[in-house]
Amino acid sequence: MRRSLFGRFWPNATAVVLFVIFLFPVYWMFATSLKPTGDIISEDPVWFPLDPTFEHYRTAFDADNFWNFWKNSLTVTLLAVGFSLLVALLASFAIARMRFRGRTGLILVFMFAQMAPWEVMVISVYMLVRDADMLNSLVPLTLFYTVMVLPLTILTLRNFVAAVPKDLEEAAMVDGATRVQAFRKVIFPLLAPGLMATSLFGFITAWNEFPMVLVLNKEAEAQTLPLWLSQFQTQFGDDWGATMAAASLFALPILLLFLYLQRKVTAGLTAGAVKG
Amino acid sequence: MTVQIPRPAEKAKGRARTTPPPPPGRNRKAQGSAGALPYLLLLPALVLTAVLLGWPLIKNGVLSFQQLGMKELIQHLTVWNGVDNYADALGGEDFWRVTLRTIVFTAVNVALIMLLGTLVGLLLARLGRKMRLTLLMALVLAWAMPIIAATTVYQWLFAERYGVVNWILDKLGWHSMADYSWTSSQFSTFFVITVMLVWTSVPFVAINLYAATTTIARELYEAAGLDGAGAWRTFTSVTFPFIRPFLLATTFLEIIWIFKAFPHVYAINGGGPDRLTETLPVYAFVEGVGNQHYGMGAAISVLTILVLMGLTSYYIRLLMKQEREDS
Repeated sequence: MRRSLFGRFWPNATAVVLFVIFLFPVYWMFATSLKPTGDIISEDPVWFPLDPTFEHYRTAFDADNFWNFWKNSLTVTLLAVGFSLLVALLASFAIARMRFRGRTGLILVFMFAQMAPWEVMVISVYMLVRDADMLNSLVPLTLFYTVMVLPLTILTLRNFVAAVPKDLEEAAMVDGATRVQAFRKVIFPLLAPGLMATSLFGFITAWNEFPMVLVLNKEAEAQTLPLWLSQFQTQFGDDWGATMAAASLFALPILLLFLYLQRKVTAGLTAGAVKG
Repeated sequence: MTVQIPRPAEKAKGRARTTPPPPPGRNRKAQGSAGALPYLLLLPALVLTAVLLGWPLIKNGVLSFQQLGMKELIQHLTVWNGVDNYADALGGEDFWRVTLRTIVFTAVNVALIMLLGTLVGLLLARLGRKMRLTLLMALVLAWAMPIIAATTVYQWLFAERYGVVNWILDKLGWHSMADYSWTSSQFSTFFVITVMLVWTSVPFVAINLYAATTTIARELYEAAGLDGAGAWRTFTSVTFPFIRPFLLATTFLEIIWIFKAFPHVYAINGGGPDRLTETLPVYAFVEGVGNQHYGMGAAISVLTILVLMGLTSYYIRLLMKQEREDS
């Protein structure tokens, strides 16, 4: 009894400490964004925004081209994630389900593609996009982000596809379903957690991408949120309230999406995992 | 990557009770002659990768043999200068110093991330349901924080004046830290970058590892208990062999991600002070784009790719062997 009490205490205490450590920066960002400037520049930190204000958010909203940055980021991210899921789903079926010549080689291609240091190839990307007369456009961004997240999406999805028993599909077809119906009604729901997990990776990669858009799109009309935030910070750097409000606005959608999807993904995997 | 294998496998088994547990999916032999179908399915992925990744890679290689500055770029001039860029990069001290720094930086960060991530993952497995969900929430939020937002927040946490870190250090008795400028020295700048990278990276490792441990059959632990194995023995002979592939795969991914970490390093202090915190990707960017030595930047990026391939060659070899055995 004593032993088990002891055994519960330390893990829980450690978990509480870790909870505070991991949450604090996120909390501090939101808390600062709501504090009046006087509370932000005070000798002793004000731990909780007792006197909340939305003035910093107004500063962020009023920044030039605010909605444009949003629209661009959302468009590029959603399209890139959608394309890569679609393309990766086809590819992962081939890799997971079929034997064919050159399979190992292809897997290696995607392994290496995963290592591509896009950050250091911006010069050549810039020249190619310039020669195609596509600077300051969302099209090349979308395409490059698709390819950026594609390798990890394929390599992860193939594991999920491989785990769906092939007999299920066949059973459905014996029962009179067509191949497409069998896929839609039987296989697809089983793949849902996998698709969610991989779309999370894709989403955060595309939402975050910084160096490429920095080099390709010099005009504000075609820029995305990471650039908006970095420029905002250059301009309002000393105004921590406004900067934190801008950072919160940038982070919020992805934080919510993660919380929402992660619950489903973890719920799915733990429910299935308990029984071996 | 192999990171997620057990999740869906177990899930699928859980749902499809009628079928006996299938052997690991990719070992099944049923599909002998698939004909052209697999190639068709792979076509879009291959075309996209070949065009949008292959082409810039080749272009990058070509550029690395050119003298390419602002003038050449604007006037569309092609001036070949042979291996001059490589000779300059490899002949100078800077490149080697930055390479060594990048390797140490990657090693320290990956070691910290893997160690802490594994410990947190194992802790998650030991917690009760409520506590686990609570901690998971904080981990997921840290993980999802966009990089540029994270660097902004860390600049605020470590701000010279009114930064909460300096305030805490002052209260703890380090009064000299009250107005400390964290970006004024190489070591302290790297310290901030490391704290931030560890903070954003540990959740991925921890959550993946936790997911891996949930698929270990209870019976194995019961058997170990019956055999009188202690906590450590149970870990080394039940848990560890099971999570080994996950650790390998995650380490590989983390090496790539940390090595390539660009915005984290660049946005904190632009590689400063005095270019002392430039890692290879930042060095390539600052030399190439910032200082407009585009040809030189291309050469450095080719070298960067080679260094990264060297660092990951062990794992790639391992995977190649595994894939061959599987097929």
